[in-house]
Amino acid sequence: MDNLIWIFVSALLINNFTLSYFLGLCPFLGVSGKLDTAFRLGLANIFVMLITALSAYALNTWVLVYAPYLRLISFIIVIASSVQFVEMALKKLSPDLFKALGIFLPLITTNCAILGLALFSTNKGYGFVEGMIYALGAGGGVTLALVLFAGIREETRILNIPNVIKGTALNLIIAGIMSMAFMGFAGLFSS
Amino acid sequence: MDTEQQHIEISELTPEKEPSSLKLVLALGIAGLLSGIILVATYTYTAPIIKANKEAAMKRAIFKVLPNCASYSALKLTNGKLEEKVPDADNKKEEDKEELLVYSGFNEDKELIGFAIPGSEPGFQDIIGVIFGYNATGKIIIGFEVLESKETPGLGDKIFKDADFQTNFTALAVEPEIISVKKGEKQNPNEVESITGATISSKAIVKLLNKTMLIWQEAIDKYIKENNLNMAQKDE
Amino acid sequence: MSELVEKSRSSEEFLKGLWKENPVFVAVLGMCPALAVTNTAMNGLAMGLATTFVLLSSSILVSSLKSVIPKQVRITAYVIIIATFVTVVDFGLAAISPAIHKELGAFIALIVVNCLILGRQEAFASKNTIGLSVLDALGMSAGFTFAMLCISIPREILGSGTLFNMPLFGESFEPWVIMILPPGGFFMLGFLLLGFNWYAQKRKERNLIKQN
Repeated sequence: MDNLIWIFVSALLINNFTLSYFLGLCPFLGVSGKLDTAFRLGLANIFVMLITALSAYALNTWVLVYAPYLRLISFIIVIASSVQFVEMALKKLSPDLFKALGIFLPLITTNCAILGLALFSTNKGYGFVEGMIYALGAGGGVTLALVLFAGIREETRILNIPNVIKGTALNLIIAGIMSMAFMGFAGLFSS
Repeated sequence: MDTEQQHIEISELTPEKEPSSLKLVLALGIAGLLSGIILVATYTYTAPIIKANKEAAMKRAIFKVLPNCASYSALKLTNGKLEEKVPDADNKKEEDKEELLVYSGFNEDKELIGFAIPGSEPGFQDIIGVIFGYNATGKIIIGFEVLESKETPGLGDKIFKDADFQTNFTALAVEPEIISVKKGEKQNPNEVESITGATISSKAIVKLLNKTMLIWQEAIDKYIKENNLNMAQKDE
Repeated sequence: MSELVEKSRSSEEFLKGLWKENPVFVAVLGMCPALAVTNTAMNGLAMGLATTFVLLSSSILVSSLKSVIPKQVRITAYVIIIATFVTVVDFGLAAISPAIHKELGAFIALIVVNCLILGRQEAFASKNTIGLSVLDALGMSAGFTFAMLCISIPREILGSGTLFNMPLFGESFEPWVIMILPPGGFFMLGFLLLGFNWYAQKRKERNLIKQN
């Protein structure tokens, strides 16, 4: 169907999950503002998204055809299980990373970005390969937004910010400017 | 002795025991069952309505792009040939999104007016979804309707808001291929005038039309020949 | 006497959701839908109503079953219940109004990860009577819908020059298009929070002056 490169770049830049679709805002606005944590959270996101894309495709093709009303519940169960699985795997394979991510890992379960990925990808009717590429692009986009935002926040920490705007209000306005910047990517692939 | 008694009393004061795994599974099972009943009930009640809504929307789109259309039937592409799509008998399966369909439209005298062909292509922002009417004998596009668009409001969204742009598609020749030209420079029947300030969206539409015609044109021509269909005479 | 106390408690449960503990402005919960579907007032209202339905039904069910659901699996049970009602709303909306369903798209289904709903089940509905839970749900939903309208009405007026699809200004009005695009959502909520903070700070200052 759609050009694979377009799917990837669209999810990464043109229709960024965080800055265009407002998905994954809780960790985005709540991230401590450290570049390191942001990057690792982004990577964890990508990994969970890949697993979710795979499972969503499998479910959609073989199970949900007969019971479309079970879609939401099954997706959530799959996401929760994937996060559990990633947690256990990380604990064993890389305890440092596990400790560094801390509370963020289980919070990925209620992250709208993951469920959003599953829903968007099945609504668009993406096949297996397209779904995985889409997940890579979407996860990459979330990571990109997280890292850029953390970078900006690190800079603002030394600034003199008036109390009325400090906190979420300022973060939202910064996010708005980032979103405007990303709008510039529209029309990236045109003849 | 005393500490032993205290120990027993304390354990009696705290009746909260860890419930057995069976109880947990049972609780979740009952929750699942309840949820299942509610969902099946909702689905059974709403599914026919949703299906009817979708068909009504498709019918509206087809009638808009094929003038004087009174009825239509769906055709799918199998092995390069067009075949009648048999509606799913027991209606159990959800639509296959991968399936490519076109619709043949007939007027009141059951004559073939043309084919309503859907297509989609990435535009400036996101995918643009379109359906257009194709007259196979004259090899021209006779109608055009945007189904899905996320183009920039005020610029790209003129593809469905601008009346001038719509006039491009009342008799657009598809051979040898459709070309986009600047506004005011249309000289040939296979040219489309772009929207000023929305060149990319306009070009995307042209690309969409060419790509879609490539998929269907041969199959449509074969279908008409094999079935010796009567094409309705155009009212000049 | 106890009746009066109960009445004031009931109204308190309801009103707290509207202002003091407004889910979007104070706790900044449930932002994903708040920003994505507030490009028109109609969408914002529809999302608010859909969330109201889900929160109300979930609270009623959770509160009725609170003594039956074991503590260990309560979150899973809540999620199943919430997901059920979200699916009901999704199919219901598709049947009642295909146009609005198309506009809201996948964000109806995303109501299920709206921290507001799960949060209320955990913090309130699982510990209070059905009556109070209903009031809490209604109050929080009203606050949420109020917040949605606060964001979507200015966005639509500035960004399209219409309100509930009725044109407000003449032909010469050049809409501020960015407001109905994603950055507009971020800016709108940011400025509203700024206004909120400014108002709260002014009140604090006034109270300090009064005390001195």
